[in-house]
Amino acid sequence: MIPVNYYLALSAVLFGIGALGVLVRRNALVIFMSIELMLNAANVAFVAFSRQFGELDGQIMVLFVLTVAAAEVAVGLAMIVAIFRTRASINVDELNLLRG
Amino acid sequence: MTAAPLIIFAVLAAVAVASGLAMMLSQNAVYSALFLVINFTVVAVLFLILGAPFIAMLQITVYAGAIMVLFIFVIMLLGGERLPAPQQRLRWQQPLAVVLVLALLALAGYVFAQGAAPAAVLAEPQDYGSPAALGLLLFTKYLFPFEFTSLLLLVAMIGVVVLTAVEERRRRLPRASRRT
Repeated sequence: MIPVNYYLALSAVLFGIGALGVLVRRNALVIFMSIELMLNAANVAFVAFSRQFGELDGQIMVLFVLTVAAAEVAVGLAMIVAIFRTRASINVDELNLLRG
Repeated sequence: MTAAPLIIFAVLAAVAVASGLAMMLSQNAVYSALFLVINFTVVAVLFLILGAPFIAMLQITVYAGAIMVLFIFVIMLLGGERLPAPQQRLRWQQPLAVVLVLALLALAGYVFAQGAAPAAVLAEPQDYGSPAALGLLLFTKYLFPFEFTSLLLLVAMIGVVVLTAVEERRRRLPRASRRT
């Protein structure tokens, strides 16, 4: 059995990659994918802790994270489509006005 | 303990990190989405190793299946695979982002180093991670959060309909004002 530390390290690295993607990339879709990667990294930590303590609560948390991720993606992609309709661009640098 | 589980974990972790990096660095958004599918699949295998078969299958069907199909659909709908050569408006942002992420990882490493060595992992309890056990917990201890997720999904669904129906309403408005 792998010690839980290794899974936590992997989770931290994946979270870091996701955070870097959010900060560095300009494509709104890739930024969304990076957020998904960060949520996924949190899931790895949840399941690893769940296994460590022999309790199922961590896996239930993953279920809720999955639900929130699905809702977030649906709303976020709808927003991106709406923005693309008005601005014809999904480059976040060009979206610096509050009015459409 | 033999080295076999460690080697399997190392290979899976390497693939997960490499696909994550490739997702972040790829200039084509479709490639990014496909690399993210690889990442989700590898993480699902890790969940299987950790004794969470139900969560692993959910990861495949919901994440790698539904969510990523939605992503690829929107990418192709908008033609957003490649952005026209971006002129960087915030030049100082990228190096600063790298430095900040390295600081975050260093902080995580510091916390790992400070923390006590983890206790030996317990033996897997009977019926651990089975859909029956998860369902029992979900409908007893976590019944209220579970019901709340249904509300969350409903709100998300209404929000999506409202957001994407804006154009339709705008087109209809002038006709209505002409009639009055």
